Amino acid sequence: MTLDYFFTVLTFSNIFIILALSLNVVMGYAGQVSLGHAAFFGIGAYTSAILATKFGWGYFPSLLMSILVGAFFGFLLGLPSLRVKHDFLVLTTIGLNFVVVAIFKHIDFFGGPYGIIGVPRPVFFGKELETGGYALYTGALAFLVILLMIYIEKIYLRYGFEAVKENEDAAESIGVSVPRFKIYAFTISGALAGLAGNLWAYQMGMVFPDDFSFPVSISILTMVVLGGVGTISGPVVGALIVTFLPEILRPIQDYRLLIYGIIIVLVMLYQPGGLLGKNGLLRSIFKR
Amino acid sequence: MLKVENVKKRFGGLIALKGVSFEVKEGEIHALIGPNGAGKTTLFNIINGFLKPTSGKVIFMDKRIDGLRPSKIASYGIARTFQIVRTFPEMTVLENVLAGLGKEIYRSSKVFYEKVKKQGRIEKAEKLLNLCGLEEYKNIYASILPLGLQRKLEIARALATRPSLLLLDEPASGLNENETKDLAELFKRIKDMGITILFIEHDMRFTMGIADIVTVLDYGEKIAEGIPEEVTKNPKVIEAYLGTESDINA
Repeated sequence: MTLDYFFTVLTFSNIFIILALSLNVVMGYAGQVSLGHAAFFGIGAYTSAILATKFGWGYFPSLLMSILVGAFFGFLLGLPSLRVKHDFLVLTTIGLNFVVVAIFKHIDFFGGPYGIIGVPRPVFFGKELETGGYALYTGALAFLVILLMIYIEKIYLRYGFEAVKENEDAAESIGVSVPRFKIYAFTISGALAGLAGNLWAYQMGMVFPDDFSFPVSISILTMVVLGGVGTISGPVVGALIVTFLPEILRPIQDYRLLIYGIIIVLVMLYQPGGLLGKNGLLRSIFKR
Repeated sequence: MLKVENVKKRFGGLIALKGVSFEVKEGEIHALIGPNGAGKTTLFNIINGFLKPTSGKVIFMDKRIDGLRPSKIASYGIARTFQIVRTFPEMTVLENVLAGLGKEIYRSSKVFYEKVKKQGRIEKAEKLLNLCGLEEYKNIYASILPLGLQRKLEIARALATRPSLLLLDEPASGLNENETKDLAELFKRIKDMGITILFIEHDMRFTMGIADIVTVLDYGEKIAEGIPEEVTKNPKVIEAYLGTESDINA
């Protein structure tokens, strides 16, 4: 294992930590299961890729736009959650994922099936960032997102989300507007997924529609569920395990989706709160 | 304080309320009784905004509130509990009350920066828990409380929103005799706080002992209203409760 390779995997795990925490906001906090999270990730990545290659934008302006566009689409695609609930919302979000990927694939502006190539390496203070520097940079952002989650944990926003998740009628009865908090959750989640998308585009140097297809949504879901829905440490650990494990165990790489499926089934059966959730395996070890 | 004017509610072919009018006066403990299916909970759901009336008006403190979002109505000062308890099961008892204390914050931008667990706020929550006899359970998850305590917790959470009108849907159901006595005490303390109570109840002894005014619904219509002594003697009420007459006189 070369150092460069290690840094690359590290960057991926940082990106997926952000994605898992982002899905956790809608799913773990506000209780709105989304199975199309890769759509927001893709929207963020395409925003940066297009701005960088077609409009010549610098790194930081396109980073900002990825976050804003991600938030906007989070808001927009969160609107269905006001009308449909539970299984119907799950199906709706899956549908949205397919629609977004189809748009990337079939509209020339988005480069069609061959995607967009030629995203430059980000330049900080006139210096191009190397693999190691980029791993460090994405790590710092992942850390900032973790701090943001710790902050959210303490404020009333979190209580509003929790109330919506646990009982919508009771939430309304204490003054929590359910639609408003669902929109808050999808917007914040979209913004963070947009950030992850930006990091992905600049890491890869190119974006393809299939990078953001339904199986990617499933892998993000696996991270959150495995670690522990609704916690902070859970999605982080889940993202680390799911990114590093296939790298360590090379032979399982071709069976990723199969493994994700098995993980989800086993977690649901034996660790419904996740490894770091209530009564979770890892949590009880750490507590000792 | 609260005026319900000619409220009708139809669910498809079923007419749940056939034009009900009544008034709740400030400072009173007002009971809403009637046999099952009389439309009591439907009326509650219309007052707090879960349902829109098919026609008619609900006026609270001179503002028309029918058809508004429940959270908006809550912000005007109406809080409620539920017939089937709806605490937040994965929050602790204390956190349930802290959630209620955020009523004004949820509607403002403060929701993004106001810390929940501030010393002053925790003290407020503990006072409410004391009032409702829940102080020793404050760090327990609501889901593992017995039903009687969950009902009290719902009341504590509702009080945390600083309501001027408190709607209680069958607060005594499932409670034993001692718990019911406690509940009557709690009603008096809530009244002393200047909060008006409107409650639905089937426990007649409890209701007649505590209510200042009783409104009786049957098949979606108001059939009687008055002080408990009058209402229990009303032949229409006795007829509606046929078979439970002895219970009323008990």
